Amino acid sequence: MRGIAFVWQFGEVVLAIALAPLFAGWIAQCRAWMQSRSAPPLTQQYRMLRKLFNKDAALAESASRLFRMAPYVLFATMVLAAAVIPSVVTDLPFARAADAIALIGLFATARVFQALAAMDIGTSFGTLGARREMMVGFLAEPAILMVFFNAFLLFGSTALTGIVDSYSTHPSVIDPSVIFAAIAFVMVMLAENARIPIDNPATHLELTMIHEAMVLEYSARHLALVEWASSLKLLNYACIGIALFLPWGIAIHGASVTAVLIGTAALMVKLAVCGAGLALIESLSAKLRIFRAPEFLAMAFLIAVLGLLVHLLLGANTSA
Amino acid sequence: MNFPWANLAISSISTHELLSVMVVVACWSLLAFACMLRLRSIRYVARFLFSLGALLSTAMFGIAIAYLTSGHGPEVMTLPLGLPDLPFHLRLDPLSAFFLMILGLAGAGISVFAAGYFRSGEGTAPGLLGLHYHVFLASMAMVMIADDAYLFMVAWETMALTSYFLVTSQHRIPEIRKAGFLYLLMAHVGAVCILLGFGVMQGGSWQFTFDAMRSASLAPFWATVAFTLALIGFGAKAGLVPMHVWLPEAHPAAPSPVSAMMSGLMLKTAVYGMLRITFDLLHVQFWQWGLAVTVLGLFSGLFGAIFAAVQTDMKRLLAYSSIENVGLIFTAIGLSILFAASHMPLFAALALAAALIHALNHSLFKSILFLATGSVLHATRQRSLGKLGGLIRFMPWVATLALIGTLAIAGLPPLNGFVSEWLLLQAFLFTPQLPHTFINMLIPLGAAALALTVALAAYVMVKFYGIIFLGKPREASLEQAHDANWLERIGLAWLAVGCVAIGVQPQWALHLAGKVTSMLVGQPVSPEPSMWRIAPISPAQASYSGSVFLAVILCVVAITFLGVRLLAHGRTRTTAPWDCGYPWQDARMQDTAEGFGQPIRHMFGAFFHIERDLPSPTDLVPRYRIHIEDRFWRGIYRPIASGVQRLADAISLLQGGRLAVYLLYSFITLLGLLVFVL
Repeated sequence: MRGIAFVWQFGEVVLAIALAPLFAGWIAQCRAWMQSRSAPPLTQQYRMLRKLFNKDAALAESASRLFRMAPYVLFATMVLAAAVIPSVVTDLPFARAADAIALIGLFATARVFQALAAMDIGTSFGTLGARREMMVGFLAEPAILMVFFNAFLLFGSTALTGIVDSYSTHPSVIDPSVIFAAIAFVMVMLAENARIPIDNPATHLELTMIHEAMVLEYSARHLALVEWASSLKLLNYACIGIALFLPWGIAIHGASVTAVLIGTAALMVKLAVCGAGLALIESLSAKLRIFRAPEFLAMAFLIAVLGLLVHLLLGANTSA
Repeated sequence: MNFPWANLAISSISTHELLSVMVVVACWSLLAFACMLRLRSIRYVARFLFSLGALLSTAMFGIAIAYLTSGHGPEVMTLPLGLPDLPFHLRLDPLSAFFLMILGLAGAGISVFAAGYFRSGEGTAPGLLGLHYHVFLASMAMVMIADDAYLFMVAWETMALTSYFLVTSQHRIPEIRKAGFLYLLMAHVGAVCILLGFGVMQGGSWQFTFDAMRSASLAPFWATVAFTLALIGFGAKAGLVPMHVWLPEAHPAAPSPVSAMMSGLMLKTAVYGMLRITFDLLHVQFWQWGLAVTVLGLFSGLFGAIFAAVQTDMKRLLAYSSIENVGLIFTAIGLSILFAASHMPLFAALALAAALIHALNHSLFKSILFLATGSVLHATRQRSLGKLGGLIRFMPWVATLALIGTLAIAGLPPLNGFVSEWLLLQAFLFTPQLPHTFINMLIPLGAAALALTVALAAYVMVKFYGIIFLGKPREASLEQAHDANWLERIGLAWLAVGCVAIGVQPQWALHLAGKVTSMLVGQPVSPEPSMWRIAPISPAQASYSGSVFLAVILCVVAITFLGVRLLAHGRTRTTAPWDCGYPWQDARMQDTAEGFGQPIRHMFGAFFHIERDLPSPTDLVPRYRIHIEDRFWRGIYRPIASGVQRLADAISLLQGGRLAVYLLYSFITLLGLLVFVL
């Protein structure tokens, strides 16, 4: 039985790695439709990766080993995160290696490596991007922690697999606090993945860029890995959101092959909906000034806290 | 869990661990006097005696581990030293052994580094430094095995004095003398409070042994008074806000190995004292204490992190980061008190284990970083972040080892800093089960403050590492920087290995901390020991595995690297940086330390007192100056200082300088006494 679990584990990671560029492409396509532009093909991201992997890398002469190592570390952390998040099945041998809080730590590792690599060349844009990225990071962490705190209060577990399992055993847990948590989570997800309104992945406008400023010096295969890792990060966040708020369809422990197939199909549908939703939010909102980013994330934090308080107050009422 | 090598050590040391600890302490004292034999010989004092001291520290580490794993009960001993009728009582129990282990582990690394670090012609003669250094080590060990208030205070004061002399080793610089004075002052305010605390705790028996205090039953009011005095006293030593002001002055003033000792080890004696008094000497705990300590800890943590982010001196930055880490440790202690007072021993043990492991971790990574700043200081003669940069190319060893320390202190998995922070967050998760509804509503905010602190620490460390080691060198002279020598590298590597080992196998640390929690709150942590993950409450609720993290990351890095090598066709060529095509980049265009602190100044402006001179458009020589000050200086310390000054002025009226007046004073006093007696 454990053998099959390792097969599911491997399959899920490969699926996540393969799907990540498609998910990013899907969001780009939805955005283009909503903005009445003609959309790039869905496979555009794959083509870009292939092109980048086949180019010569231009490396700044002041680059140290840290700079060359960082893309691999980034990619590896995101693959590990994909291995831990239950997106299709919950019977994952690696899922016990990290609960949701350890996942936050894992994303922080990736963020710190990316920021350090950005500072390595010593260009003004690189350090600017690193500083902004770390700023968004420390503002986002309390908010996302509150979201997980809320999940812990509801399900008594911070392990994502545990949360999904308890959804399936008590399918009627609809708590008003979940809605607050979901809103806060989406706000954090936008900020953490360099999306509008915090960052615009489509421009190189110096006054606003965060993610692009950090990866300016990367080229060819390094850039391909960084981009792949960031689309994988977006997919991971989407899968965390799905596990927390829309876990229906995920195959739980001891699932059959059909259940896993259903789970995969359900994941595709949910990702398609999430991607369209993200594109809608991005199309409807404007990029904020960087000084407004703290307000945006403080808002996310307050909404999450409000959710917690709602839960605690309702809980206090029902027990009294 | 079994430690075969530890069992071997036990059989050779037999059961007299306390005696072995005393032997190590005696050897340190001998070393201290041996340092006096040839005061000025660097080869003899530093290279030889400090290395011997490092070996003794390793022995201390081994003894402490052997005692902790053996599961022996407390060992006691009485030494006929000290005043007549006041012999020294000694005692070794899991709590003291855990802190002796920290002392041995980090002390060994720092001593090896110090063996390579000290140069002649830097302030005090090396022999005197060696004397103070080893007495300092010995006195810290004595604090941890003292079993009566008298010996505790003697060791505590010896520790304060020797560290004062170490801080002021470059006593010809006025700022350093001033910093030393401030440190001594705060140390004594703290010591007086601790002494008063012991006075309360003897509970009318006038017996100052810890055994007597354990059996004394204090009324809740007096217990609270004793606890408050201990909190002020140990808080002043640990650097809890608002008693933190000496830390950012004293740590930068001291030579780097001494800064590492003070920050990594001496602050831990305060943590030890706090735990000893709260959980061992006082019988009961009240939840109000826990709440107070948690709030103080969280505030110190946030305060330290925010101030660290705006520093421009690398050692001051680390000093503020120590305040932050001490804040985290005290937060965990506070939670533990809250749980213990509410009779939830399992969660109390979890929070306590987080405090202990964070103390252990902090002693490792903070030492690495302070020692690395020492190497940087020797290589470049610069302490200001604005004049460093790019050292990863000239000092690869220091840069690599400091990177491990940086990632560890930033709380990133799979290194050790993350383990204790994870445990602490887990402890926070269980607070809604406390029987106080009001606190339950507030405590999630505490967890959020903790998360903010930890994430800010990552920001601070990116700034620290990025500005010192990455980027372009901000001064031309930096290109001549040389790497650390072999002894320094060994010291740094020893500590870095500790960081990685605890991060990858946190079960070891948790197992040892479990011995302490069994003693203090009657509950070991991690009921389900597992070789590859930690799950403090139950695996279904939360688990974390550092080894899997490291293994998967390394494997994926290797596979990706090989895959890219095999499948990608591109080569690598080196060019000028791209930077959006702007060709006239120079080192001055990188973010400065001030620039990196700007978002923090913007967001947390209320914490600072900022004085800023902006150049006007007509200035011929435009200058930008910013001065950031602690509000506590203005709010608390300056008023106290001026009050003391005014009081002294008032009293000095008595001192007219005329003999006749003085004789009159004596006469009046005599008359008064006569009236009193009759």
